[in-house]
Amino acid sequence: MKLKNSLTLAGAQPLSEAAVEALDFIEPSRRDFLKKAGVMMIGFGAAGAVRTAGAQSPINPSGKVDGTQLDNWVAIGADESITVLSGKCEFGQGVRTMQHQLAAEELSVPMDRITLILCRTGITPNQGYTAGSFSTWTQFGVGGLRTALDTARDALFQLASQYLDVDVSQLTVKDGVFSVTGGDPTYTVSYGQLVQGQRFNLALNAKAVPNDPSKWKVLGKSVPRVDIPAKAKGTFQYVQKVRIPGMLHGKVVRPPILGARVQSIDQSSVTGLPGNPKVVQVNDWVGVVADTEWNATKAAGALATGISWTPGVFLPAQTDLYTYMAGQPSRDSFAVNTGDVDTVMATAAATISAQYRYPYQMHGSLASSCAVVDVRGGTGKTATVKAWSPTQSVYDVRTYLSTLLGIPEANIEVIQVEGSGCYGGNGADPVTFDAALLSQAVGKPVRLQYNRRDEMTGGEHYGHPMVGNQKVGVDANGTIIAWDYENVLAAHGEGPLAGFTLGGAPGPGNFIPGALAGFPTAKVVPTTAPANPAAGLFWNFGNTVPPYSTGSINGVSFGTGTVASQRSLSRLVESPLWTSYLRSPDHIQNTWAHESFMDEIAASVKADSVLYRLRHLSDPRLIGVINAVARKAGWDTRPSPKAGNARTGVVSGRGVSCVLYSGFDGYCALVAEVSVDQDKGTITVTKVTAGIDTGQVINPNGLRNQMEGQVIQGMSRALVEEVQFRNREGSGSFVSSADWYSYPVLRFGDALPEIVTVLINNHKIPPTGAGETIITLVASAIGNAVFDATGVRMRQIPMTAANFLAAKAAQKV
Amino acid sequence: MATYGLQVNGQSSNVTLDDPSTPLLLVLQENFELNGPKFGCGLGQCGACTVLLDGKPIRSCITAVSDAAGHSVTSLEGLRALDGLPNPDALHPIQEAFVAEQALQCGFCIAGPIMYGYAFVRDNPNTTRADIEQGLSGILCRCCAHSRMINAIQRYAQENF
Repeated sequence: MKLKNSLTLAGAQPLSEAAVEALDFIEPSRRDFLKKAGVMMIGFGAAGAVRTAGAQSPINPSGKVDGTQLDNWVAIGADESITVLSGKCEFGQGVRTMQHQLAAEELSVPMDRITLILCRTGITPNQGYTAGSFSTWTQFGVGGLRTALDTARDALFQLASQYLDVDVSQLTVKDGVFSVTGGDPTYTVSYGQLVQGQRFNLALNAKAVPNDPSKWKVLGKSVPRVDIPAKAKGTFQYVQKVRIPGMLHGKVVRPPILGARVQSIDQSSVTGLPGNPKVVQVNDWVGVVADTEWNATKAAGALATGISWTPGVFLPAQTDLYTYMAGQPSRDSFAVNTGDVDTVMATAAATISAQYRYPYQMHGSLASSCAVVDVRGGTGKTATVKAWSPTQSVYDVRTYLSTLLGIPEANIEVIQVEGSGCYGGNGADPVTFDAALLSQAVGKPVRLQYNRRDEMTGGEHYGHPMVGNQKVGVDANGTIIAWDYENVLAAHGEGPLAGFTLGGAPGPGNFIPGALAGFPTAKVVPTTAPANPAAGLFWNFGNTVPPYSTGSINGVSFGTGTVASQRSLSRLVESPLWTSYLRSPDHIQNTWAHESFMDEIAASVKADSVLYRLRHLSDPRLIGVINAVARKAGWDTRPSPKAGNARTGVVSGRGVSCVLYSGFDGYCALVAEVSVDQDKGTITVTKVTAGIDTGQVINPNGLRNQMEGQVIQGMSRALVEEVQFRNREGSGSFVSSADWYSYPVLRFGDALPEIVTVLINNHKIPPTGAGETIITLVASAIGNAVFDATGVRMRQIPMTAANFLAAKAAQKV
Repeated sequence: MATYGLQVNGQSSNVTLDDPSTPLLLVLQENFELNGPKFGCGLGQCGACTVLLDGKPIRSCITAVSDAAGHSVTSLEGLRALDGLPNPDALHPIQEAFVAEQALQCGFCIAGPIMYGYAFVRDNPNTTRADIEQGLSGILCRCCAHSRMINAIQRYAQENF
C-alpha cells in the first residue's frame, strides 16, 4: 500500500524529574503514570541532560517551547496515554473543557483518554495572554491547538496505513484504534502501538483539515465542565491553596496616598511580633514575611503604622473627573476618518449630539489575589525561580520576573494555577511580582495573598473611564448621513498593554509593584495631530466605530453599517489611577455611547429602535441576531418613549442594543426590560433576552453559562459600580473603594431578571469568542429601556437612583 | 500558647496556637489543609469562607478559633459525612445539584452558595425560588452565576425533601 509520506519517529525519552514536578497540583495519579510510562516531552529531556552537565540554565536551556512543532502540543505514550499541551488557561470560563472537547473530537477518543496540561513555561506552547475573547478562535484557527491535533491525526493515519498495509482511505478509527473499513475487526492497531512514546518530529501543518463539523460527536455538545465537580466538592486546588514545604507568608504595605513615597521605616514596629517577621523594602515597595498568614497579617498592620510617607498627589474631585480628562494633553488616533464629515454634516436636515460618560470600574475579583513564588540563589545567572501564579500569561510573567529579579528567563518556571475569575488584568500578575520580590529577599518560598484593601486599591488596575461625544446628521427622511464620534479615555501603566495602548516599552514598571520598586512606567505621549488609520488594518478594537458606520478605510469597508461619512477619534490621556484591561475593555464604554445614542436618534425621528437599527445595518449576521432576539423577546414595534406611561410611580419599558464585538468576534443583540420607580429612582431589570452568533457553537450549555453571567455582571456594572476616590487634607488623594461596602456590586438578594439566551448555531463558520460579548450590551440596553419607560435619557454610568433622579430633574421630564 | 479542640468534618483534633483571635479560616487552611473554605475578603462580606458551625453557616474569616473551640466545623468537603452518607469523598446531593445545573464559573465563591443553600433548604424544606434568593442574601458571586445557583438549590430541595 502507498504511503503519502514516509514518517519516522525517534527520540523517546523518559519524562524528566523537572517535567514530573511541573505536573504537580493537578492529577497526581496521572503524574505517576506518566513517570512510569516514560512519555517524552520536549524541553525536559534536553533539560535533564543539561542539568547533568551542569551548564546553562538549571531549568530550561533555551527557555522556549516551539509552537510550530507538533511534539510541543501532543504526546502519545506506549501505554495509550494522550497528553495535550496548550497555552490557553482556565479561569472559570470553560476553556479547559473546550480544549478537552476539541482534542477528543480531532483525535477520535473519549475525553477521559486525554491529559490536558495548560500554561506552564517550558512545557506548553507560548500562546500569549488568555484574554480578549480570543481563546476559542485562536485554538480553532490556523496554528492553534486544532491545527496541531489535525496534524497529529494525519500522521497517525499515515502510520496506521503503513502498519496495517492499507491505504489511508480504507482506515476507520474509533477510540484511538485503527481498523480496516469492512475488514477483519481484530486486525487493528492503536495510537500507543504506533507511536510508542516517540516524537513525531513534524511541523504543524497549516493545511491540515479539521474533522467535518456536521459529524461532530463531542464538539457542539453540552459536555459538562470537567472542573466543576472538584470545585463543588471543595477539593479543587486554587493558587490560594498551593502549599510548599518551608513556605513563608507575605503581605505588602502600599502607600496610603497616591504617589506617596517612603520617607523612613521604623523596623522596630514589627520587633517582637510572633512569627519572626522580616521587613523588605525596595524603593517605595514595602512588604513583610512571617511564618503564618495570620502573623504576616498582624506584622503588616504594625508595619503600616511604622512607615513615614511623603505627601502624595491630589486628584480632581470625583465629580470633575470627566472635565479634567477632556482638558488633558492627548494621544489621538482615528479608527475611521473619511474626511467628509464636516461637509456632509453641513447638508443635514438636522443634527443631534450628546455626551456619554463611563467611570473607573474594577475587576473586583472575589478572591484576593495570591501567588506562591520560590526564588533561590538571589539574583543573576545561577539563581532560579519557580512561580505558581493565577496569571493569564505564564510566558509574559516570566519575562517581567526576569527583569524584576535580574534572573535569566531560562531559569524561571511559571505555572498557572487558577485563582478566582479575573475578568481581565486583576491582581494576578501584580501579586506574583510582589511575592517574587519578597521571596528573593528572604531566599525562601513565599505565599503572598493580598488583603481586600490591597486587592482593590493597590493590586489591580482599573478599567478606563471615558467621555464620549456623539454627533450625527440626519436627512429629511430621518436617515443618518454622517456620524462623528470622539472619545477621551484615561490610561496609566496599562500592565501588559503598555505597548498596545500607549506605545510604551513593556516592563514590570507598568504594574503597580514594579513601579513602586523603581522600574519605569510607560506614559501617554501626546500627539500633535491624530494618527490616521492604517489601510487594511481595520479591526475595531474597542468598538470605537459604531455598528452603523461602513468602517471604510481608503475606500474598503470593513464595518457592519451603511453610514458612509464617518469619523471616530480616540483621545487617550494620562489617568490619575492605574488602569489596564477590564472585561470588554473600551468596547463596553464605546458601545454604551453608541447604542444609547442610536436610541436617542431613533427617538428623535420617532422611529422604532429595532427597525431604525436595521435600516442602518448592512451585515446579514448582525441583522440576523437582532431579528432573532427581537422575535424571542416579543418586541413591540413602536417609537420610544412608551406612550401612556405616567411620569410618577412605577413604569416599565424595553430597550435594545447590538454589537459585532471587536469588529469580528461575536455578533450580539440584547433586549432588556425594566421597571423604574420614578419617585425613588430605582431601576429594576425584570427580563433580559440575549442572543449571539459566534459561528459554530462548541458547548451550548457552556456558552449560555457565559452569557447569563455576563448579563448579571453587566447589570452590576451598569447600575452600581464606580471606583471612588477622595482627598485627605494636606496629604493627597486615595481610592476609597476598598471593600464590598465601599465598592458595592450586585449581590444575592438583589432582584434577578429572567434571562433568556438565544444561540444562533452557524455551522458553516468557524467559532469566534464569547467571553466579553454580551456584557458589552447590557448598560446601553438598560439605559434605552429606562428612556422607553420614563422619557429620561441616562448618559452616565452607573445608573444609580441618585443619577436617575438627577437626570430626570436636569431633563425636566 | 493555648490548645483548642475542634471537630472538623467529623474528626476531633487539637490545634495549638499562640493567638486565640486567629481566624478559624486560617486554621482550616494551614493546620487542616482544607481547600473548601476560601479567603475572599477577610471581612465577612462575601461568603467564600463559609463553613457550618454546629450546622449553622458562619463566616470563618471573622470567627476566632477560640470561639469555634469545642464545636463541630463542617466545610464543603465534609457535607456528606455530616449527613451520615457513605463514601465521604463523593459529592453531597446539593453538590451534585450544582454539577447537574453547571451552576458555577470560577467556583471560588462556592462555599457561600452551597453552605447557605444547604442550611436554608434543611430549615425550609418547602421553599420557593424567591425564598432561596433571600436565603442567600448578602453573599457574592462575581462571575454572576446567580440564576444557576438558585436553580441548583431549588433542584436539591425538590429532589431531596
